[in-house]
Amino acid sequence: MERLSLILTIALISVTFSQEVVFNRDIRPILSNKCFFCHGPDEKTREADLRLDTREGAIEDHDGFFAIVPGKPDDSELIYRIAEATGDEAMPPPHAKKESLTQEEVALFRRWIKQGAPYQGHWSFEPLAKGTPPTSWEDHPIDYFINASLARLGIKPSPTADRATLIRRLSLDLTGLLPTPEETNDFINDKRPDAWTRLVDRLLASPHYGERWGRHWLDQARYADSHGYSVDGGRDMWPYRDWVIKALNDDLPFDQFTIEQLAGDLLPKRTKSQLIASAFHRNTLINQEGGSDREQFRVESVIDRVNTTGAVWLGLTVGCAQCHTHKFDPITHREYYELFAFFNNTEDANGTGPTVEVKQFEILNNGPKTIMPEKTESAQTAKWVPVRYEDYRTSSNVNLKRLPDNSLLVDKSTKQKESYELKISTNLKTVAALRLRTLPDKSLPKKGPGTASNGNFVLTNLSIMIGGKPIRLKAAFADHEQPDYPASHIIDRDKKTGWAINIGRGQKAIMNAEHEVTFLFEKPIATNGKPLTVRMEHNLHDDYLVGRFALDLSATAPSIPRGKEPGKVTPRTGKLMVMKELAKPRTTYLLTRGDFTRPNKDLGELTPGILSKVKPALPNPTSRRNRLDLAKWLVDPANPLTPRVTVNRTWMRYFGRGLVETEEDFGTQGSPPTHPILLDYLANRFIEDAWSMKKMHRLIVTSETYRRSSKARPDLAVLDPRNLLLAHQSRLRLDAEIIRDAALSASGLFTPVIGGPGVYPPQPDGIYAFTQSRKGWNTSTGPDRYRRGMYTFFYRSAPYPLLSTFDAPDFQTVCTHRVRSNTPLQALTIANDPAFLEIAQGLATRLLRTKPDGLEALIHHAFQLTLCREPSSEELSILKKYVHQQIKDFAEDEEAAQALLSSNLLSSETPPAEAAALVGLARALLNTDNFITRE
Amino acid sequence: MNDIENSWLAERTRRHFFRDCGVGLGSIAINSMMGQLQAGQLPVIDPANPMSSRKPPLPAKAKNVIFLHMAGAPSQLELFEDKPKLREYHGKAPPKSLMEGKRFAFLKGNETLLGNQREFGRYGECGMSLSELFPHHRKIVDEVVWLRGMTTDVFNHGPAKLFMNTGFQAPGRPSMGSWITYGLGSESENLPGFVVLQSGPRGPRAGNSLWASGFLPTSFQGVPFRGKGDAILHLRSPKGITRERERSFYDTVGALNRARLKETGDPEILTRLNAYEMAYRMQTSAPELMDLKDESKTTLDRYGVKPGESSFASNCLLARRLVERGSRFVQLYHTNWDSHGGPGENLNKDFEKVCKDVDQASAALILDLKERGMLEDTLVIWGGEFGRTPMGENRKTVGRDHHIEAFTMWMAGAGLKSGYIHGQSDELGFGVVDGKVHVHDLHATLLHLLGFDHEQLTYRFQGRDFRLTDVHGKIVKEILA
Repeated sequence: MERLSLILTIALISVTFSQEVVFNRDIRPILSNKCFFCHGPDEKTREADLRLDTREGAIEDHDGFFAIVPGKPDDSELIYRIAEATGDEAMPPPHAKKESLTQEEVALFRRWIKQGAPYQGHWSFEPLAKGTPPTSWEDHPIDYFINASLARLGIKPSPTADRATLIRRLSLDLTGLLPTPEETNDFINDKRPDAWTRLVDRLLASPHYGERWGRHWLDQARYADSHGYSVDGGRDMWPYRDWVIKALNDDLPFDQFTIEQLAGDLLPKRTKSQLIASAFHRNTLINQEGGSDREQFRVESVIDRVNTTGAVWLGLTVGCAQCHTHKFDPITHREYYELFAFFNNTEDANGTGPTVEVKQFEILNNGPKTIMPEKTESAQTAKWVPVRYEDYRTSSNVNLKRLPDNSLLVDKSTKQKESYELKISTNLKTVAALRLRTLPDKSLPKKGPGTASNGNFVLTNLSIMIGGKPIRLKAAFADHEQPDYPASHIIDRDKKTGWAINIGRGQKAIMNAEHEVTFLFEKPIATNGKPLTVRMEHNLHDDYLVGRFALDLSATAPSIPRGKEPGKVTPRTGKLMVMKELAKPRTTYLLTRGDFTRPNKDLGELTPGILSKVKPALPNPTSRRNRLDLAKWLVDPANPLTPRVTVNRTWMRYFGRGLVETEEDFGTQGSPPTHPILLDYLANRFIEDAWSMKKMHRLIVTSETYRRSSKARPDLAVLDPRNLLLAHQSRLRLDAEIIRDAALSASGLFTPVIGGPGVYPPQPDGIYAFTQSRKGWNTSTGPDRYRRGMYTFFYRSAPYPLLSTFDAPDFQTVCTHRVRSNTPLQALTIANDPAFLEIAQGLATRLLRTKPDGLEALIHHAFQLTLCREPSSEELSILKKYVHQQIKDFAEDEEAAQALLSSNLLSSETPPAEAAALVGLARALLNTDNFITRE
Repeated sequence: MNDIENSWLAERTRRHFFRDCGVGLGSIAINSMMGQLQAGQLPVIDPANPMSSRKPPLPAKAKNVIFLHMAGAPSQLELFEDKPKLREYHGKAPPKSLMEGKRFAFLKGNETLLGNQREFGRYGECGMSLSELFPHHRKIVDEVVWLRGMTTDVFNHGPAKLFMNTGFQAPGRPSMGSWITYGLGSESENLPGFVVLQSGPRGPRAGNSLWASGFLPTSFQGVPFRGKGDAILHLRSPKGITRERERSFYDTVGALNRARLKETGDPEILTRLNAYEMAYRMQTSAPELMDLKDESKTTLDRYGVKPGESSFASNCLLARRLVERGSRFVQLYHTNWDSHGGPGENLNKDFEKVCKDVDQASAALILDLKERGMLEDTLVIWGGEFGRTPMGENRKTVGRDHHIEAFTMWMAGAGLKSGYIHGQSDELGFGVVDGKVHVHDLHATLLHLLGFDHEQLTYRFQGRDFRLTDVHGKIVKEILA
């Protein structure tokens, strides 16, 4: 079939196009693949002193031999070498292990030399073509270019997709969330001629747009919440993430967006926000391993900054020139270190460097608006009375010893997740509050109150019973709480979350001192002389027990201290790593083979400089150049790479592939654009629209090309099997985070809070079995449990499993393009991950809440919520059959049905068998290919 | 519009097809094209089933690999390298000429030479020297190739482990298991092709990036099997879902997917149908794999497996069972060999314990594979990310620092000589005097045995053809049978 397709292709070319050989199209790819390695820019590997990457080199006299004699193929040594010569004379030579040129290719060379062997610069380095726009286009400019190519090959474009598909497509592309059934219906029924542009504008104005496109940008920024390498401790980079979201929502022009991230710290009268932006290049790894050479890892991060900058803005693999002059692209070894010199003058060095304190909500200005009402009752104080211990024991019967001061001390040799059961009595007639004092003790590690090696503990649950009935608790607050381990976690009913006392960044408390936590009863309880039973649980880690403690009771309840009210969010403060220039610049040398221990001092000090082959040239500096000069050069309208690379990547997100398929390589080894004039049109338009990213999105998504149906076209299987000409849209599997987001938004569990520190959705045990050190994962409860995937705390050495399973990168280095795999582990994740089961239960609850009229209506509604469309009659009957079968099955096994239900569903009026069948229905829909695909 | 507008037509290189196919974009047309482009040495990936078994381009001796990674770097000087001179100069400062230009992780410069701490003997026909700590290895001295001239480039654990596994010291490149499954796929339809098992007190430094697929599609990343609970993450159906209920769930999802396939014609849905069916099969095949009840007591005792306990020994046995069932690349990590002399890391009791953890099962694996005829097409590799210094460290107890210039590994099985000692270090163990094998050479040899030219097994990413051996690597011909 390939043969056939090639024949057709060649036939089409010969019918459609002139016979002229075009250097960039016909000759350069061959030269680049087969010749440049030995006859290209790199002097070190150049053979026979011949270079073919420049015309001057190719026509040079080599003792009477000329590789190319313009106009005379028969006199050109090159033709002899590629067509006739044998043995070592043949080119490419046998030892190069490259295939010889085909007869067609040789013929191309002959014709090209006959034409005079004209060279062209590499397309991406050439200035943007100011293509003359057609004078009277009726179409959208994008459609004009796309349709012209299609028409030329006689291909009919696919029709526009239906409106249900369109709104789901656009919502996922612009916000990463599903439209509600109401939004879908409104759009389907919107008869106004500008219904589409209205929808586009509404979604572009959504604050979730900044999250969706921010996530794409964070891939390129290699954003993560930990340092990487082996120790991989946590870091506070979330203020930078907030900045990205806000910048995109505000439509900060891309040139400014660039300058602030690369050199925000160097701007005159810089704002705090601009300093925060400079954290872009502090997303590099830090090696906290003992015995690490600080300078080695500082150099590693500078190298990463150079390579990331090259990949993100220039679309070039500058990294190749780290060890030697680039084999194919005009980037010399020296130029690499001149770029390096821009980044070699910052204060940070592996684990040390400047930071700035940023408060949660500060950047996005989206803190909770409602202030808790002041207490009307006058402040009360508790009168604490020590309890009498009638009985005290632990779950594995290790020794709890009573000390003379009426406190209890556990035998620290226990290494288990112990629970304590304490029977206590009091003379008080009523009790309204319990106080637990944790006490330091000499026998405990680091003289702490806990049994962990640093003196800490994690108290995960505390319950109080009287006469066999639980006492309801309304609040728990402590004098000191480790970040993410607040006292409220003791009473949140989540067995895996709790209160701990380590000192967080910026906290002033002393860890291994006496601390206390107070539990308020919902209402005062009459004791009637009966004892109370207090149960303390430590379920998170082995060996994290409260070691020594005492209990007190009070008849009056103390007021809840301000800021500790239930549900109150205490804003977190992050220490964000930012850039700062050294007062005295470091000396930069070329590093031989990229080895930091081998600076080439013979070449002398290198000063900051850019790639000489990429326009514009930098003016002669009046003072030493810095990152600000580099940033300005990148977004200089005369620089053709930045706008081309940027619009191409934007295009790629919408169509699954860029106009330049090798979006990460605009060099000579990359693929040329399928639609070069369109690419340059978009690049020009981007600059003319003052680098507005939202306008670029609007331009693309308002095209007919974007709105086409994504159904496959068997008729193009031969002519354009890869859809390079875009006769139709493509079905694209959602990114890892968006799979979670879509599921959450379908289920109704979704918490739409934007920004802030990372959160900890439920994850299975044992994720850190393979890492060097155990990571803290204090599972979020309440609204944070249902945040978007992009806020899930990201440990580079052990990412949240959903993310890696669905191809999120590990953020060790820049990622400009995610792959999309399709594996059994993905199936197991959506089918069995408890987090997804919880979502399926949420969806089932939501379905029941709408009180649908019969099973069919319910299935219709489920389709609306997940796939945003109506089911076909076949789909309807598949699911009806499944639900009926499950109801029958579960009716005979009520225990199994109940096991599948959440507490909400258990307490609903729906019979368990029916509720379980709905969970099954929800689970099936979430597992369809359709659900995780943007169609 | 000009001619160049359609330059894509001239750019139909094989590479670009691979780029897409590798990531699962499939179509029947591409499939058949790929079939015809097989002349090169790049693997032909079936988009609907990226892990389907493939033939290598060159004749191969080995089909499967088991890599026993000794995380933390065992001391060759306490296990394999008897150095009388080092004993003689014990306590003396090392020769200046040997120290010049060398970098170490923890040494301050005032350390002295540390003589071997253990009794050594010579064993087998090859006369390999082994210390008292590896009694079981005596049984396999004549089965393996001893590489006593290993060298590597980096001396911190994280980077060095990455280097040993990916050929590069920073994270982000594909692991060798990924390269190999990219090249060969897997024989197993019910279990992952690349499996990682872990034992010891903690996970290996650098974590997941050691078995990540880097820029290769994630189909080729290592799947860590867990010691506790279910072997594979999310293997277990939700509570209340029996096997029969799960079947009807998979049937329902399958029917919905087939309906959508009919509607959209997207072959990617076919891949998903396959993936879901394999997931369903793994739910029974993985527990079956982990269940050792059909292994004889003799076998369990030979490895030193204690029923119900996850250990290096049980992982060795699982490695054999995985290869038996068609998995391509099985990697074991065992910690902690990092014998600096700090708490829990001394060369005395702590070291003895790790040796005991590892010795018996390593030898048992070789003998077991041999008896079953599996050693004929399975390669076993044993070793750490680097070795340890001839100098001791100035710590409370005896220990050695990281040493990258000379250390020992061993390999056994398919296509290799047996009972062959390759390479030698100098009298003090500072550097290699003969038979130097760099990590890149090890990789090149490994790929050669599997039927690949290491220079030709490439993947194009960000404009470059990457390979496991970067731009280095020589096949170690001396050790081939």
